[in-house]
Amino acid sequence: MSAMIEVDDLTKFYGRTLALDRASFTVEEGRIVGFLGPNGAGKSTTLRILTGFMPPTSGQARVAGHDVLTEGLAVRRSIGYMPENVPLYPEMRVQEYLAFRAGLKEVPSGKRAAAVDRVVERCWLTDVRRRLVGQLSKGFRQRVGLAEALIADPPVLILDEPTIGLDPAQIQTVRELVRSLGEKHTVLLSSHILPEVEKTCSHLVIIAQGRIAAAGSVADLTEGLAASQRIVVEVHPGEGGEGPAEVARALGQVSGVDRVSHESAGGGWLRLAVQPAGDADPREGLYAMVTQRGWRLREMRREAPSLEELYVRITAGEAAAAGRPAA
Amino acid sequence: MQKVLLLTRREIASYFVSPIAYVAMALFLLATGVFFGWMDFRPGQPAAMQGSFNIMMIVLVFFLPLLTMRALAEEQRSGTIETLLTAPVTDVQVVTAKFLGSWMFFLVMLAPTLLYVVVLAAFGQPDVGPIASGYIGLVLLGAAYVAIGILASSLTRNQIIAAVISFVALLLLAWPVPYVAQVVPPPWRTIIQRATMLSHYIDFTQGVVDVVHVIYFVVLTVYALFLTVKVLESRRWR
Repeated sequence: MSAMIEVDDLTKFYGRTLALDRASFTVEEGRIVGFLGPNGAGKSTTLRILTGFMPPTSGQARVAGHDVLTEGLAVRRSIGYMPENVPLYPEMRVQEYLAFRAGLKEVPSGKRAAAVDRVVERCWLTDVRRRLVGQLSKGFRQRVGLAEALIADPPVLILDEPTIGLDPAQIQTVRELVRSLGEKHTVLLSSHILPEVEKTCSHLVIIAQGRIAAAGSVADLTEGLAASQRIVVEVHPGEGGEGPAEVARALGQVSGVDRVSHESAGGGWLRLAVQPAGDADPREGLYAMVTQRGWRLREMRREAPSLEELYVRITAGEAAAAGRPAA
Repeated sequence: MQKVLLLTRREIASYFVSPIAYVAMALFLLATGVFFGWMDFRPGQPAAMQGSFNIMMIVLVFFLPLLTMRALAEEQRSGTIETLLTAPVTDVQVVTAKFLGSWMFFLVMLAPTLLYVVVLAAFGQPDVGPIASGYIGLVLLGAAYVAIGILASSLTRNQIIAAVISFVALLLLAWPVPYVAQVVPPPWRTIIQRATMLSHYIDFTQGVVDVVHVIYFVVLTVYALFLTVKVLESRRWR
């Protein structure tokens, strides 16, 4: 069973500017995948290529088994798409607009009214269904966009920044809605806000500067990060005791320690960051060393870089992906 | 086909909620009404609408671009073109619906001029032939103007620019440039006359429905719409 969305070596040039650089990832059926990246990373470009709105310069993409370039119509029948900034026709009423889109998406005319009712309820639009789209607040507009994407009950949903510009309460309602979709639909949603994506999605694809930097389940990515944890120790060597470099060297000699860096924590205290070698856990050894030397110890803690730090590192250009990630 | 009807219905409905459409319609009827009263509805004139039909060709050069300017330009500006083109509809369906929507609104705009026929009948014995053929010509002429306007609208996201492009194109193809043919030596004279709309429209106003002229307008309309489809398609390979 092939993946619902397959992106293979996708490249896109806007004139001379490289927007996508051989991006590859897949989205398996039934998953909610977050497409994460800073502004300008290539998220919207990728989504527009997937929906057939623009062609790639090279590479391939398939949605629900159909090639986006050669089977465009079939792809469009399988997707519900919500572009960034949710463009709508201001002169239409909400339910008019939804019925119109249902017709375009080949919902049989007898079933359109029921489909409109269904999405209106699902997206909490009941109170505004007869209002003109042009009179809606941003929160409602976003929900109309979501309702429109759902109207034909497509197997794949592609949402470009669905919570942008919303206040926290609205973000929460959209988040709940998206989470409830996971069972029957495959969702690919893009965002540049990590906490949002973390709370809604089970899998992530991180893109920066047109390249896929990381992909995998949130659990896997976090676990992978746990391996590169470090131990932070706050030590006071006492009046006239060893200097910081000495303390660092001493701790460095504990078995299982790779590197030690130090900084002053004020009042004679030193904060040292200990990098363990491989899987080693040198905490006991460190404690023993500290007490043996007669230093005072006031804190020892383990720090695993968070997903947020990984994201920041990636967007600062450091991390790189290996092979062809699957989400 | 069903989708074309759906799209067309939306187009027409959105015309009826736009103030510009009503303004254009009012001004058009005002201008034609004035000329009807001044040229055709005078004592001693034949009970026909020849003057009106001739004037309408010119008036429409100014007004139809105002109606068609937003057809695709507005969608491109607001971004709704993205939801339109990512729905399972073909570019041909989209362009056809845009054309039909504008053209039908044009027909609605034209309908009140039938009052002039009623007025003529009340005060004289109008010759139905030339009037009927005149309307046929006008309907075909309008189709060509609208198609050119839609093509112009597809080229930009700015409605004003779309209106200007359309206006200039009509100046060249409909009026007044075709008059230039009279002062230009052959073979240019024939080329300009055959290629532009004036010579093909004139016969209709004089009671002649020549298949050649019908074909001219149909081909011109279809060609402009074909080019519009290509403009939309080009988005998919740019």
